[in-house]
Amino acid sequence: MVERNLRDESFDTAIMDETMAEEVLGPEGGRPRPKQWRLYWRRLLRRPAALVGTLVFCIFLFLAVFGPWVAPYDYQEQSAELRLNTPTLSHPFGTDQFGRDIFSRVIVGTRNIFLIGGLGTLIAVVIGTAIGLVAGYMGGAGDEVIMRLLDVLLSFPSLLLAMVLLAAAGPSSRNVVLVVALLYIPMVARVVRSMVLDLKNKEFVEAARVRGEKRSYILVREILPNSLPPLLVEASMRFSYSIFLVASLGYLGLGVQPPSPDWGLQINEARNFFQIAPWVLLFPACIIAVLVISTSLMSDGLRQVMLPGGGRN
Amino acid sequence: MGRFILRRLGFMVLTVILASIVIFWATTVLPGDVAGQILGRYATEEAKSQLRHELGLDRPVHVQYADWLGGYVRGDWGESPSMDTVVRPVVFERLRNSFMLAIVAFAMYVPLGIFLGLLAALRKNTWADNLISVGSLAFIGLPEFVSGLILIAIFSIELGWFPSQSAIDPSSTFVEAFPYLILPAITVALTSLAYVVRMTRSSTVDVLQMDYVRTANLKGLPPRKVLFTHVLRNSLLPTITVVAIGIGWLIGGLIITESLFSYPGIGRLLLFAIQHRDLVLIQATALLIVIIYVVANLVADILYAVLNPRIRYT
Amino acid sequence: MQGPAPSGAAPAAPRAVFEIEGLHIDYTTELGVLHAVRDVSLTVHEHESFGLVGESGSGKSTLAMGSIRYLASNGKVTDGSVRLGGVELLGLPARQLRELWGSRIGVVYQSPLSALNPSIVIGKQLAEVARRHLGMDASAAKARVVEMLTKVAMPDPEAVMKRYPHQLSGGMLQRCVIAMALMTNPSLLIMDEPTTALDVTTQAVVLDLVAELKREFDSAILYITHDLGVITKICDRVGVMYAGEFMEQAGLRALFTRPLHPYTLDLLGCVPRFDPTPEKRSLVTIPGAIPRVDELPPGCIFAPRCEFVRDSCTKERPPLVPVAPEHLSACLRWSVVPPPAEYLREATEAVRTAGAEAEEDGVLVEVAGTQVHFKAPKGVIRAVDGVDLDVRVGQTLGVVGESGSGKTTVARAIIGLTPATGGDITLRGKSLPRTTGKRPRSTLREIQMVFQNPDASLNPTRTVGDAIMRPLSLLAGVSREEAKRRAQDLLRSVSLPVSYFDRLPHELSGGEKQRVAIARAFAAEPELILCDEPISSLDVSVQGSLMNLLMQLQVEKRTSYLFISHDLSAVQHLSDSIAVVYLGHVMEIGDAVQVLTPPFHPYTEALLSAVPLPDPDVKQKPIRLGGSVPSAMHVPSGCRFHPRCPRFLGDICVNEEPPWREGAGAHRIYCHIPLDDLARLQAETLVFSDDDDPGAAKAPDGGNDQGEGA
Repeated sequence: MVERNLRDESFDTAIMDETMAEEVLGPEGGRPRPKQWRLYWRRLLRRPAALVGTLVFCIFLFLAVFGPWVAPYDYQEQSAELRLNTPTLSHPFGTDQFGRDIFSRVIVGTRNIFLIGGLGTLIAVVIGTAIGLVAGYMGGAGDEVIMRLLDVLLSFPSLLLAMVLLAAAGPSSRNVVLVVALLYIPMVARVVRSMVLDLKNKEFVEAARVRGEKRSYILVREILPNSLPPLLVEASMRFSYSIFLVASLGYLGLGVQPPSPDWGLQINEARNFFQIAPWVLLFPACIIAVLVISTSLMSDGLRQVMLPGGGRN
Repeated sequence: MGRFILRRLGFMVLTVILASIVIFWATTVLPGDVAGQILGRYATEEAKSQLRHELGLDRPVHVQYADWLGGYVRGDWGESPSMDTVVRPVVFERLRNSFMLAIVAFAMYVPLGIFLGLLAALRKNTWADNLISVGSLAFIGLPEFVSGLILIAIFSIELGWFPSQSAIDPSSTFVEAFPYLILPAITVALTSLAYVVRMTRSSTVDVLQMDYVRTANLKGLPPRKVLFTHVLRNSLLPTITVVAIGIGWLIGGLIITESLFSYPGIGRLLLFAIQHRDLVLIQATALLIVIIYVVANLVADILYAVLNPRIRYT
Repeated sequence: MQGPAPSGAAPAAPRAVFEIEGLHIDYTTELGVLHAVRDVSLTVHEHESFGLVGESGSGKSTLAMGSIRYLASNGKVTDGSVRLGGVELLGLPARQLRELWGSRIGVVYQSPLSALNPSIVIGKQLAEVARRHLGMDASAAKARVVEMLTKVAMPDPEAVMKRYPHQLSGGMLQRCVIAMALMTNPSLLIMDEPTTALDVTTQAVVLDLVAELKREFDSAILYITHDLGVITKICDRVGVMYAGEFMEQAGLRALFTRPLHPYTLDLLGCVPRFDPTPEKRSLVTIPGAIPRVDELPPGCIFAPRCEFVRDSCTKERPPLVPVAPEHLSACLRWSVVPPPAEYLREATEAVRTAGAEAEEDGVLVEVAGTQVHFKAPKGVIRAVDGVDLDVRVGQTLGVVGESGSGKTTVARAIIGLTPATGGDITLRGKSLPRTTGKRPRSTLREIQMVFQNPDASLNPTRTVGDAIMRPLSLLAGVSREEAKRRAQDLLRSVSLPVSYFDRLPHELSGGEKQRVAIARAFAAEPELILCDEPISSLDVSVQGSLMNLLMQLQVEKRTSYLFISHDLSAVQHLSDSIAVVYLGHVMEIGDAVQVLTPPFHPYTEALLSAVPLPDPDVKQKPIRLGGSVPSAMHVPSGCRFHPRCPRFLGDICVNEEPPWREGAGAHRIYCHIPLDDLARLQAETLVFSDDDDPGAAKAPDGGNDQGEGA
């Protein structure tokens, strides 16, 4: 007789967590396990949404690296006759108001956004991690002061701060990278700091202190390696938000400047043509959407795969 | 409890002051030669120094700052060169408009977000949950100009249900503005919706695994009672905080959306000020937005502390 | 009173209330379908208490929850029958099942704080039951709640009803949960490790309460625990589970005095017996490990680890059948299972004698007047408040105390993790700097530590070999090849295969991780190792083998131990001398034998009478402490124990700090009552019966054991 459990009512709350394999199996997990990344790969394969996101992201990554060689036309090449053409076989995304091939512009724009967003995120992660490690481990007054200062930056809505700073410093690629980094350093630092606070009191860290290890050793060899999975997840989420930010800034005209094939900028430039030639805006818009969605799916997939049963928020 | 509120309040004031310093620094110190920028390339040195003197830019920085801040607190926000009018009334008018937009958006995404989040949590790992989870993940990083454009393409151009631009008169009443608010509100709401759905789902899933839910079920209470009396009380608590903090996202979303739809709100005003290098307007608007955001966070913190017995009675 | 209440109180045979027959429960996980519980049957009668004993992976909780059909969504009951008062539970529609849950079944589980909704006041949560199932309105329900709270001896029920769960202590909360469970006078009460999270003295109070309620209410009780001592206080019948099946079921006395399954026999031997003699014996070790439910051997699942195995055991799974009156066993060779007393004498050996070389070698570490005070916004937390003790070379000092005693903090002060704020700690006469940062390598090498939580003791990203080699290269200054060689030796000495060298911690079990932690602690050959509750979170059988390991290593390497635990049995098993700590101060200290025989400090006396001993025939005088441990911020004046002391004298205890009373040898008691008076009053606190207690080997010279003999 196969028994159904109590799940047949609407709003049924008699649900418990499924990760009970460990409890059922008891403590004797004492057996060699496959290498960690094998495990991650297997888990990823079981999650179609995350898998699709990762694959699409990799396609974009490929385009970012090899874009200019893959694109059929030079993204700057203008042509008076071909202005605002609807999509055809030779110009799959049509042409813009200067006769430039939109398809090529979109492809080359990938490199643009990966570079700017990626670089900004990288800087933020490196500096933010350093700050978070030091503040978290030090504790006390120093930690308080650092966190308060970072809180001030966090007290601005992101886009607002970016706008104000870029308005002040002048829009350029370099400044956008710096602004992205500045904006995300506090967030990365917070995440790392909370990891450190958590790990600082674990017994293996105390065992290290009891051995007389130096503070730098503890931070780098004991704490950091154990913070890597959440850090990686946070980094990929930051990257995904940086795309949002860079594109938005481009759209507002505060980011990179023409003739850069920045997607947001393309949309900004073509605003007036929306009624007559909507594809000029819609293609870049949809591509942004696709990249953002796939990066989100990938980050969340990373989170589920590397931090099962934890690491929410 | 009272001490807690006072401390938070003090914090808030400190944060606002520090933020004002950042704004002031960014707008006056950073850009360099303001007079040159206003008068143009061919201005003479004399004209520039005279303008500087008129604008009070030759005084020491901290004096300028104190002057500005003092004026701000008193309600004197200066005059805008680009709009050629006193700043404060304009800012408040635009704020009101943004507020209307925000309210409509709020009414859309908060109840719906909570409902979908709960649904996803209760139906964890079924198709409904997967759809909602993946969907919310997809929307969460979508810039508003992208979703806005797509919405306009579908509902305005194709279907013709809503106007594609909302460039209404800034002093319109709510009723007059309403038809123009819908599409922008949906645009803004989409991103925040995703955020609320995810947070609600996550905190509800956490609560459902708690022992006290098991106890409630084993007490033989009907599922509805378990949900409403035991689960929601605890799982919605973080959601409240999240909704309040999500106002930050909302503000960012407003800026882009107002620009896309040409809606006369405070975000668009800020953009306008930046494009025209109108420092006075930038300062006033930016600081106001920050204040709103910080106050929203404060309210969220206090609300959370009041509603959470563990903090209320310690 | 111990032992089973005679069920023959009523002339008619007691009714069977809860019957489980041939139950099978499966889980679907990423590793496939796991048969967590297989072909399990048991019966519980009215007024009867059935104890379900097992280690981890035994399936005891799964059985209890699954039998009332509360399982995770990946769990399923696949076969069998469960009847409550004649009503078949399997196949019952959801609505009726819920009704049954609320009105005919009560459940109490381990953590009372998480069992109650933190956002609703206690009174309301309890009243819900009355309103739903007893058809009462608001005021009647309130009255009923007060009535129940009074029954569970809750002080000031009206006030408690208005509180939130986080405002009450663990013991009080558990009583509320019990009150809630019993409110409808349920037919079945399931209790899943209800006292595991409580202090020993609080546990004793709750166990008393359960025993009393057993008499008053009609419920059949299914009591789940891993603690053999607790079983003897509550249960009439006991079932022993192993990896999802029953190994044995019998009446309480029968199981303990004459078990008929090798696993039960071994399990009884793994638990340290209370034996205040200087001779230290090893405990029984069960070779091998608990099998995973997806890797069960054919035939008897215990066969690979069994002393008495024959070929016939590995062919087919032995069924659980009656082999004696009211006694079932799943062992084909039940008849050759020897009596425990005999078996224990053979299967264990004398390892060392306590205090043998004590005098010559002297004191290694001395703690003098040490204080650890923390500043808090509302006052000062006096975690350690003037502690004096010493650890002798090659000896074990056991430090026993409950929560809030400060015992862990003392250890942390000695090793320098938490700096002392007053007093002095010396190593061989030289004062120790207060933090690890200020101590030279040579000092750090001398003192090492084994921590409580095996899962957090090892860096998850480092291999076992790395973890052991690091102290060798850092503290002992040894070259890499030499370190590797020595690390492998150390692995062998903690009975781990050398192949574990390249494993990562998550590839080890809890017990194995703790062994690695021990190897790591021994690596640089310290003089003193602090053991902070190193075995508390492990299974009973694993605890036994680790205690053996610790003792054996001590004999080999002549290391001193400071062994901290709340478990008095474990402490007395390992220690040469014992210190009893309460609220940051030592109450009694001396040789183990002296501390465990009268005269005792009244707190020690209360501990001894509260510890549940795995012996149905021992008599423990029920000395109970009222209230709970005060906060370390508001330490009572005079003798800090006075608000709870069962032998409270009067004003002198409130106003003056007690003197140290000197007993034989190094024995000291911190009390106003003179030793002779104490000795007189306490003669009958702990009384073992003559022949049935296998651990009560007579001391060589017939000694001064007033605690023994009927």
